[in-house]
Amino acid sequence: MAKKTLTFLMMDAPFESPRTATAFRLLEICAERGHDVNVFAYEGAVALPFSKQKPHANAVHGHDVDEEEHPLPKDWVAGLQNKFADKGGKLEWTNCGLCVDERGVGEAIDGIGRGTPGDHWKWAESSDNTLVIGTK
Amino acid sequence: MAKYLLIESRDPFDAAEVGNHYEVAETLKKAGNEVTLFLVENGVLPARKSPASERLTALSKAGVTVLADAFSLKERGIGDGSVAEGIGTSPLETVIDQLEAGAKAVWH
Amino acid sequence: MKVLQVIETAYRCNLEEQDDPAVWITHAMKGAGADLGVLLTGNAVNYAVKAQDASGLSFGGKVQAQPPNIARDVAKLVDKGIEVHLVSDDAAARGIESSDLIEGVKPITRRELAALYDAHDQVWNW
Repeated sequence: MAKKTLTFLMMDAPFESPRTATAFRLLEICAERGHDVNVFAYEGAVALPFSKQKPHANAVHGHDVDEEEHPLPKDWVAGLQNKFADKGGKLEWTNCGLCVDERGVGEAIDGIGRGTPGDHWKWAESSDNTLVIGTK
Repeated sequence: MAKYLLIESRDPFDAAEVGNHYEVAETLKKAGNEVTLFLVENGVLPARKSPASERLTALSKAGVTVLADAFSLKERGIGDGSVAEGIGTSPLETVIDQLEAGAKAVWH
Repeated sequence: MKVLQVIETAYRCNLEEQDDPAVWITHAMKGAGADLGVLLTGNAVNYAVKAQDASGLSFGGKVQAQPPNIARDVAKLVDKGIEVHLVSDDAAARGIESSDLIEGVKPITRRELAALYDAHDQVWNW
């Protein structure tokens, strides 16, 4: 399969919408196929790689913190960064800088860039295709 | 003729705009385009045989390829036998296949 | 590459952001050289209504001094040479008359959208 470059724009904050999980499912497929992928995180999606996310126990499930294995989007992002690299592709993730500042989520995991909508446009122009997953 | 991938993540029970998006799919098809309507998340709820599924079956008969994400169906307990006529089940890989093929992809 | 920005979601976080994020990013990308068209559909057809007024809010003594002015922001898209269409079916369904609208926004029926979509390389829905 020919290597492709695809750009995604994500917009939803973590733990709010099924669009987040679907977007990560799409990224997982791209990683498996060895594609190069750009993600421009806009609005609430800039909190997805926020490094201070913490897992919690869940008394309703009867689980302590280890048993609950609560998923954190920042770990999904980090895992995907590694998987893309392992499969011969790459994941470039840029957070909208203004969106980061107004939310106070500047402490991102390693490998997360800061940029502007102009970066999204440049990525889209140079990619084979782009999917914008807007908040509804 | 262009290739369109319309991804519908919402359902007509909750969002009036979904019916309008179905209409866009039909309009694009009538204009001679190749159109796939890919249902995902709650977008698969009207895929279960019901009065709501009739619109999707009609779209299929009009030449729109209507597919429902297999995981979203499974997550909602909609088995293959419950899916209405004209709606295929598909893995999410179809979305990436079509992005690779250069389809104009619209998330709704 | 020319992209059609289909703006449908409306009045989601405008009072906090002081604008609509989809309209705002359209301006920002245009500033970066993007070739864009805009289609207002669904509730966002109301973004072309002249009489919008979001002023007058304050929270605990913090006055929102710069409320969103969406009609102004849409008019500026037109001023920048971006073709802005509005789905006339959606405007009619909401009781919006053509006299309610800012200048320069072009009505289009949903049945006519295929040609508009075909005239753009990509279609991004917001």
